[in-house]
Amino acid sequence: MKSELVVNGKAVVIEGHPMDRLLDILREELDLTGTKEGCGEGECGACTVLLNGEPVLSCLVPRVQCESATIDTVEGLATGESRSFLERFVDSGGVQCGACTPGIIVTAWALLCDNPHPSRQEVQEALAGNLCRCTGYEGIHRAFEHGEGSE
Amino acid sequence: MRAFAPKSLEETLLRLAEHPDLRPLAGCTDLMVSEPEDRRGLPGVLDLQSVPELRGIEWRGGSLEIGAVTPFSEIRDSPEVQQSFPVLAEAASKIGGWQIQNRASLGGNMANASPAGDSLPALLVLEAQVVLLGPEGRRTVPYGEFHRGYRETALGPGEIIGWVQLPKPPEGATQLFRKVGTREAQAISKVVVALLASVSDGQISEYRLAAGSVAETPVRLTEVEEAMVGQSARAAVADQAGHLAAQAVRPIDDVRSTAEYRRFVLAQVVRRMTLQLVA
Repeated sequence: MKSELVVNGKAVVIEGHPMDRLLDILREELDLTGTKEGCGEGECGACTVLLNGEPVLSCLVPRVQCESATIDTVEGLATGESRSFLERFVDSGGVQCGACTPGIIVTAWALLCDNPHPSRQEVQEALAGNLCRCTGYEGIHRAFEHGEGSE
Repeated sequence: MRAFAPKSLEETLLRLAEHPDLRPLAGCTDLMVSEPEDRRGLPGVLDLQSVPELRGIEWRGGSLEIGAVTPFSEIRDSPEVQQSFPVLAEAASKIGGWQIQNRASLGGNMANASPAGDSLPALLVLEAQVVLLGPEGRRTVPYGEFHRGYRETALGPGEIIGWVQLPKPPEGATQLFRKVGTREAQAISKVVVALLASVSDGQISEYRLAAGSVAETPVRLTEVEEAMVGQSARAAVADQAGHLAAQAVRPIDDVRSTAEYRRFVLAQVVRRMTLQLVA
């Protein structure tokens, strides 16, 4: 099947099996390899992308449900408003081995768009579906503390 | 593979009448975990997510109607659900994590029919009605009769879940939900429990208890319910409720837990919920 979608602000036309995973479409067809496959079973959050602005697991979204969708991946967050959050994330030690990083950045940015000054509890709840195997959560939390207006 | 993404209920039913073997799709959070050859080998798929009639939360004729493909994030955040059906709002907030709640739907949880489905015990104690749509028209099934066996449901060929209807619960009833998994979020339940109960004039007047991951389907624990109604509301009944609950179920050993642990945890959860009720 053929589908039209907008990925990181750019209109694209893709074609393939209706039950292909969005994760594979991004990585294999669109060369957006920033999105990582972790478990491939919806448990780890590494493959999180924004689908029409909401964080979802791209390993669980079939092509047939992507028609006319707007997708934002970690590559799309490297510029614009989200850039300063990415820099804070790096500076605060939020990145260790890096496998979970793209998914955490995407989920974190979705949280910040809804709630620019989340509490520690709100960050924990939002990131409950993103596993960091290095258990580097402290560094990740610090990235939220250095924002404008926070203590 | 045939793939349809209808934009109306009329078109949906037409497709199903033409091709009763189409696999209906909602949030896909369980289906996509299957092996690639299994999901690619389906005879065809029918995406229900863009059917407006199957999505949304609305009071209609004294019941709150929830469309089958309404995601748990909407159910979790719905003021109507939070106010009148807190047991379901709580269940919705404990399913998977944020990403899963944005996709997984109430109807999908029901049709998928896992004994561990977290919303299912809540629907049982709320005595939901399920409206099924198919080639023969529309029929309403009490949710208590929807699960027929392990992963077997009342859905016939070419039939889909349209809406869930939640009747207004008894005024002032206590509604409690508890999920026990390996971690707080993103874990499939070892045991999941829902209670809807009332105390009036010092007596337990209503006691509806349901659990998941303790039998081949989510179940109402009627033995416990019958024993509790009419009892005076004192702490001693909580021990009895927990004890009876552990006896009433048939849990199994599997990758997530053991039958023994499930029985033990179920008894503790039911005991604590009952204590909270009579406190």
